[in-house]
Amino acid sequence: MQLARDVDITKKKVRWGEWMIESSLAICATISVVTTAVIIFILAKESMGFFQVVAPTDFFFGTSWVPLFEPSSYGVLPLLWGTLLITFGAALFAIPTGLASAIYLSEYASPKTRSIVKPVLEVLAGIPTVVYGYFALTFVTPLLRMLMPELQVFNALSGAIVVGIMILPTISTLSDNALRAVPDSLRQGAYALGATSYEVTTRVVVPAGLSGVMASFLLAISRAIGETMAVTLAAGATPNLSFTFLESIQTMTAYIVQVSMGDTPAGGIAYQTLFAVAALLFVITLILNIVSQWILSKFREEYE
Amino acid sequence: MNSDLKLASDNIKARHRKAKLFRMFCAGVTWMGAGLLAILLIQVTVDGIKWLDYQFLTSFPSRFPYKAGVKSALVGTLWLIVMIAMVSIPIGVATALYLEELSRKGKFAKLIEINISNLAGVPSIVYGIIGLAIFVRGLGLERSLLSGALTMSLLILPVIIIASREAIKTVPMSIRQAAFALGATRWQTAWAHVLPASFPGILTGVILALSRAIGETAPLIMIGALTYVAFLPEGPMDSFTALPIQIFNWVSRPQQEFHELAAGGIIVLLIVLLTMNAAAIFIRQKTEKKLQ
Repeated sequence: MQLARDVDITKKKVRWGEWMIESSLAICATISVVTTAVIIFILAKESMGFFQVVAPTDFFFGTSWVPLFEPSSYGVLPLLWGTLLITFGAALFAIPTGLASAIYLSEYASPKTRSIVKPVLEVLAGIPTVVYGYFALTFVTPLLRMLMPELQVFNALSGAIVVGIMILPTISTLSDNALRAVPDSLRQGAYALGATSYEVTTRVVVPAGLSGVMASFLLAISRAIGETMAVTLAAGATPNLSFTFLESIQTMTAYIVQVSMGDTPAGGIAYQTLFAVAALLFVITLILNIVSQWILSKFREEYE
Repeated sequence: MNSDLKLASDNIKARHRKAKLFRMFCAGVTWMGAGLLAILLIQVTVDGIKWLDYQFLTSFPSRFPYKAGVKSALVGTLWLIVMIAMVSIPIGVATALYLEELSRKGKFAKLIEINISNLAGVPSIVYGIIGLAIFVRGLGLERSLLSGALTMSLLILPVIIIASREAIKTVPMSIRQAAFALGATRWQTAWAHVLPASFPGILTGVILALSRAIGETAPLIMIGALTYVAFLPEGPMDSFTALPIQIFNWVSRPQQEFHELAAGGIIVLLIVLLTMNAAAIFIRQKTEKKLQ
């Protein structure tokens, strides 16, 4: 008979059933790592194939993008410029309005108003992007053309405005969270010194929450760069390297959609341009996301 | 002396006026955001409501506007929802559970975390390209529902994982400690106590992620969801269309009638999204009561 004192209770009995469950959960968790690896591998592999045909300098510094017709030319600058134009216009609209809404929500609005307005702004973020494309084409563009008759049907301005509306909730929600994390004692201190609400907000609260606010700007900009459907529908499909909001342009994302709508044979140079453009898009948004995470962790003010 | 006082009070008045103006500006801008949502919804409703009838829901797309409908698109979207849910929910929740409850907080967990937060920021069209290269071409799944559902699942996995982790984090430590004190293993605790307690939060996150997937257009265009489909998919390997694709197709035509059809399609899409979110809120309230 085995006595109780002979059983080593410090020795762990392996539960094979649980070991298998834990392992399968770990495998599920690994899928995200695999996904990243696959994204990088595919983009790199196909881009390599592209760069064997087209010199990288022609791609990065060429000023003409004519990939589908002869004589072809693969300078990505017009597409990059289109994306920058849309992003710049959208940021010009969304950064001031988003920050002002965040300030209103965190500093001025009563809890009741806040509980109504914040979800409403979040609904704006939940509306599918193709709906914004529709809105741009059937509402924003006709309205703008009444004011500016010289505006083309497809134009960067309309695209920039709807992308601005789309990224507005990203800025207002994240900045609101950042401003609300600023402790009340800082506000009370400033008010006690006789500052007005404007001075408290602009000189104390916003500077104290600046890391979160800046991170929200970067995330919103990264979203604007990756935005696809609204700009495809509103801004047209004309690679354009001039500084104008009134004409049709083409963004990197819109180009990818344009090519994939046609029947592109696998392996051809047109197919490979998709991956080269997508790789550039991926790298740009990845850098923005990493920088925004870095700002959040590096410059976070801890108030305890 | 008097003039100094007057100067000071003028200064204070000016500063307070500035503060008041600033407050009005911020409030105005915020309400403008809400106003934009109202304009958008009104515009869609006014344009699309007259096309919205039984015939619209039960007809296939057509080049004649008065005959066209969203039948195949609506059915395609419903197929997608179910298939995406079947793939992404188990994997997403399992990952969240593993990271929060089971993994040793080491380099491996850290690596996965960094990956997830970066994947959440990758533009949806990049997922579309990867779906095209891997599922459609690489694995030879063709332009099928399965390719679409797998691509979309990759896209929303980070969202589901992040939301589920947040929900799991809100479960109080005392519940875990009670289970451990009674001799439960980590898995038993996670499965029987942590998961049920965080269920409402996970569910909300999952439904929000699924509604994002339903509205996504770009990845489906990339993997080549057809825009003209006059049949209903009968299995995961069939080709398909979906509501956002059909809407995109109608919006990109020049005729006014098709724009109005697009508005009708948008109303159907928004109703699907609204129903899902209402269901999430309803289930959350039910389960929250039961848990207390």
